[in-house]
Formats: sequence, C-alpha cells, structure tokens
Amino acid sequence: MYVLIAGGGKVGSNVARLLLRAGHEVTVIEQRGDRFTRLEEEFEHAVQRGDATELHVLERAGIKRPPDLVLAATGDDEDNLIICQLAKEKYGVPKVIARVNDPRNQAHFDLLGISPTVCATSNILALVEHEVPEHDLIHLLELRRENLEIVEVQIADNSPVAGKRVETLRLPDGARLISVMRGGESEIAVGSTELKPGDQVLAILQPGKEDELRRVLLKG
Amino acid sequence: MKAIVIGCGRVGSSIAKQLLQEGWDVTAVDEREDALTRLGEDWPGTFVLGHGMDVDVLRAAGIDDADAVVVSTDGDNTNLVVGQVVQKRFGVECVVVRVLDPARAKFYNERGLTTISPTSTAIEALTDTVRACAVGLRQEVTT
Repeated sequence: MYVLIAGGGKVGSNVARLLLRAGHEVTVIEQRGDRFTRLEEEFEHAVQRGDATELHVLERAGIKRPPDLVLAATGDDEDNLIICQLAKEKYGVPKVIARVNDPRNQAHFDLLGISPTVCATSNILALVEHEVPEHDLIHLLELRRENLEIVEVQIADNSPVAGKRVETLRLPDGARLISVMRGGESEIAVGSTELKPGDQVLAILQPGKEDELRRVLLKG
Repeated sequence: MKAIVIGCGRVGSSIAKQLLQEGWDVTAVDEREDALTRLGEDWPGTFVLGHGMDVDVLRAAGIDDADAVVVSTDGDNTNLVVGQVVQKRFGVECVVVRVLDPARAKFYNERGLTTISPTSTAIEALTDTVRACAVGLRQEVTT
C-alpha cells in the first residue's frame, strides 16, 4: 500500500513509522524546517519538505500515481480539508482520512464530504463523559456515514419506563433500543424485555433525536 | 443589499469601505480587533470580531440574509473552506474568494466557487507592462 501523509508532527510521524515497519510505502510531507530535518534523519527519502496544500508539492510526492490513501494530519483543519478535497476530487485518491483538530470544525468536514475523520478532542471528551457521566445520556459512538449514533442511558428509580416492556414504549421515530445491561450482563433488547431501575440501555438513533429519547426514558 | 467581508486586511478593508460608499449595508469580520483601525475610526458599518470558520460568528454577521460575501483573510485554505461553507451551508449565491495561489484558485473556480487570484492578476499586469515597454523600445530602434 502507498500512503501519503501530510504533516509530520506527532500524529503523522508516528503513523508513518508504524506503516513503514509494516512494510508499506510512505511519503511524509512536512513544511517546517526544524521538523523536516529531524524527520529526514529517521525517514530519509520518505519525507519531503513543502506545503502539502500546494499542487506541485503534492505532485512531487507522487499524488498522481495516485496513493491508496492520503492522511491529512496537519495541525490546521483548513489545510487538512483542502488536502483531502484535492486528493479525492483532483487526483482521484480512493481513500482519505482527515485529522480534525478543533471539534467545532467537524461540521465543515461533514458538509464537504470528507470522511472518515479523527478528532482526538472529541474522542477524549466521549471517554470522559463515559467515565464521569455528568449527563443522563452518554454519546458512545457516532456513525457519521450512516448518520446514526449510539448512546447509553441509565434507567433511574423514578424513570417513567421502569417496569415497562420495550414494546409498550413510545420511542421517537428514528430511535431503537439495542441492548440492556443489568448486573454486569447484557442482553439484546426485544419487545418483551422489561426495563428496571439501574439498567444501562444502549440505543441507536438519528442525531437530533436525543431530547425526544430522553423524554421517553428519563422524564416521562 | 447586504454584504459581508470576512478578513479585513489591506484588501478586505478597502473592499468593505468601497462597497459601503456604493450604498451597500456592510458587515466586516476579522479575528483581530485592530482590523478596525484599517476600516477607519469612523467606520459606520457593522464589525464582528471572530474567525470566519466559526458558524456562530457568521450568524452574528448576518449570514442568513446576506446577498454577497467576500472572503479575503490572509490564508488561502481558510478562504477556500469558509467560501464553500458560506455557499453550501448558507446558500449565499454571490461568494467571492481571494486565493493567492493560482493553481488552487483555478481548481476551485472549475468546481463552481468564484475565486480571484491577485497573484495571477499581478503576473498578467506585470507581463503586459513589460511587453508594452518592449514595443516602445523596438519603435525607438526603428525610428
């Protein structure tokens, strides 16, 4: 596999090292002189200096072949977006992966069809929410391409659905319960599953349906 | 008619002032407060402090009822992304984006985003001027 990596910071250089070790062909593009010198010592000809949003720099790095994958891992979201657009739409690169630095920019990547994306901040935040739940509804996973997300809800003692069977719930359109975890054991939620206080329920739903689901499961 | 100018350096601030003079309702957006000094102490238009990538800033600048948006920060890629967001998410029909790099300007122009490359314009003007000089010199030689 030939992988072109834009940005030789911590993310880009570590990914490059692992891919090279696994026997793949890699080219890293790094703009900063100090970083480039350090990378060149380790990666030799597999690193090139330049601005990876410039067409001639991308072409010098072999984007016309094209690579099997372009990873845009710079610390600048605008650059990562443009690199992915150029790779996909100008050079026909079949797969791109973009790093999102500021989670607020995620919507721009979605709007412009750049997927998949990786955002360390969002991932960390999701873990924090899971470990230290401040909210009654925890986001576990976003299925961006499917436009669905998986959330976890804990059924409280005073929940209006405690003691009710799943088939009797008035769940919002676009939301389904997946499983119920009770006493350390998990089972698939079916119509006859009865919800009890303390249950940890996984649900799959369309983004934006959280409030409706919360109303059904938590507030009544 | 309402125009938003995002990025108020030398270019953006001049465009903002020019449009205002021509009767447009102009909102200027810049992430640095000192951009206001470029617009002039007596800037009668609106000024919104913030980054063009920030959707809340765009909304505060009145993107929902803007007739035209000029994107002219000093970052080509920022301009290209903001221009596309304004066009695709907010449906503004008249979007003009400044892109210094002629290659990127051309690619995005072909994809339906109106880009202006001051570099291309400068190259053409400078070359034309040299050509005109050459014609003058040749005439001097022949006469």
